[in-house]
Amino acid sequence: MRKGLILRGLLVALLVALVLRPELFTPLFAPFAPNGGPVIYQRTSLLSLSLSHLGLVAVASGLATVVAVSLAILVTRPAGAAFRPLSRTITNIGQTFPPVAVLALTVPVFGFGSGPTLVALFLYGLLPVFENAMTGFGTLPPRTMEAARGMGLTRWQQLWQVELPLAAPVILTGIRLSVVISLGTATIGSTVAAATLGEVIIAGLLTDNTAYVLQGGLIVGIFAVLLYDALVLVERALARRMGRVQQAA
Amino acid sequence: MIEIDALTKVYGDTTAVDAVSLTVDTATITAVVGTSGSGKTTLLRMINRLVEPTSGSVRINGEPAGEMAPHLLRRRIGYAIQGHGLFPHHSVARNIGAVPRLLGWSRSDIRARVDELLTLFDMEPASFRDRFPHELSGGQQQRVGVARALASRPDLMLMDEPFGALDPIIRARAQDDLRQIQRKLGSTIMLVTHDMEEAIRLGDKVAVMDDGRLLQYAPPAEIVADPATDFVADLIGDTERPMRFLSLVPVSEIVEDGPADGTAIDSGASLRDALSASLWTDREALPVTRDGTVVGRVTLEAIRARAARAS
Repeated sequence: MRKGLILRGLLVALLVALVLRPELFTPLFAPFAPNGGPVIYQRTSLLSLSLSHLGLVAVASGLATVVAVSLAILVTRPAGAAFRPLSRTITNIGQTFPPVAVLALTVPVFGFGSGPTLVALFLYGLLPVFENAMTGFGTLPPRTMEAARGMGLTRWQQLWQVELPLAAPVILTGIRLSVVISLGTATIGSTVAAATLGEVIIAGLLTDNTAYVLQGGLIVGIFAVLLYDALVLVERALARRMGRVQQAA
Repeated sequence: MIEIDALTKVYGDTTAVDAVSLTVDTATITAVVGTSGSGKTTLLRMINRLVEPTSGSVRINGEPAGEMAPHLLRRRIGYAIQGHGLFPHHSVARNIGAVPRLLGWSRSDIRARVDELLTLFDMEPASFRDRFPHELSGGQQQRVGVARALASRPDLMLMDEPFGALDPIIRARAQDDLRQIQRKLGSTIMLVTHDMEEAIRLGDKVAVMDDGRLLQYAPPAEIVADPATDFVADLIGDTERPMRFLSLVPVSEIVEDGPADGTAIDSGASLRDALSASLWTDREALPVTRDGTVVGRVTLEAIRARAARAS
């Protein structure tokens, strides 16, 4: 536990340094830069790129979560059961359609910038959340649900007070997958001028500067590891509270 | 009081419950007993409308259940099920307070009621209030389940195999607790079980069901002495009948004057216990005590005569 804490602290420190004081790493990246070329990316501040990158991911995953969970709730009600296959198909298409293709198709509609990236990330993030929400709602303890109905909870009360809290750890797993995928995928948004950390990587690729590629990749990678870790901790805490430690492990 | 009139439930081609009529009197326990698939659980679930009847009616304290909004009806009726069905994400206090909260009780009233119930079930409020269900033993979970069903002081309780998941020793204790609490509170209880022993032990009246039909509805002594059909007799078990009968009669009914040696038996104990004690210690008669003082004796001969009279 203590070891984990130290490791996390070190990672956070490394990330902060990479974003705020990239020049400190000049000696490290210099060997990868072309002779005489710039080592550290300085066209845009890495902080503002990080913030807009995270912002895009947050908005896209947030929307995907709201839509996917609402859809899962709808089709697990008796009245919505007929729409279950259809909603599965829709979310599956979102996942199988390559984000690059989504970018290409949405640029004519939204123009260059964040819009197309948002759409691509949103579509890509739907499936994991939806599938996990379906699992979560499908595996509720039947006796608890029976008791909830039997004591006189209305449908809304059953949903808010029992079903959602009990399904939350499983739904959160889906959100975690969706966020981590989006975090990586968001980099390609910079091909259509979205302000993300992908800008650094793409600049590196265009100018044959491996140092840029490493910088951008490293920052995105550490963000992904830390977010993944944080969400796992939240899931565990939730699962432990519900006595589902065995299942969560 | 629960009045059930020609209650029927049909699923497709099968009739799960076939025109069952019975009345559960106020402040009594009715035990519905039958094999699985006999329709006993469906019958119970039609009372709080977890299952909507195909035809027939239920009246609760004179009011037709079919005319109330189902969730409001259910809030008036305590409901306990096998495996307790506690909310795993809520503390013991929040589980017990669930129905009072739905009914809009004040926080202090709910808190006081929770502590009162925990005390009633021998669970120290200070140490159990904030625990979560997975931190309790099976017996404690079951007691919290029953406490939750009692929380809003419903005059009516429905229980579906409430003790089914418990081991025999804890089950016996839970049954005694329920009996005692029911007497104290004067609640009306309808309880479903597959165990004739449990039905005889708890029921003021026993309803035997098979294949959706009500075969017999009578006090336990009558069920044992005079089973209406072969099926009822089978459920009681032929070889068990004298013992079941003796377990229903208290020693006080056949106590007589006269001397007897050895350990005494309480006048509230059953003849079955008395028989067992006299066989085990090889005595023809046992002294009988009431509130600690000897009031007479019970003899093996009297027990035998009583058992024979039942057949």
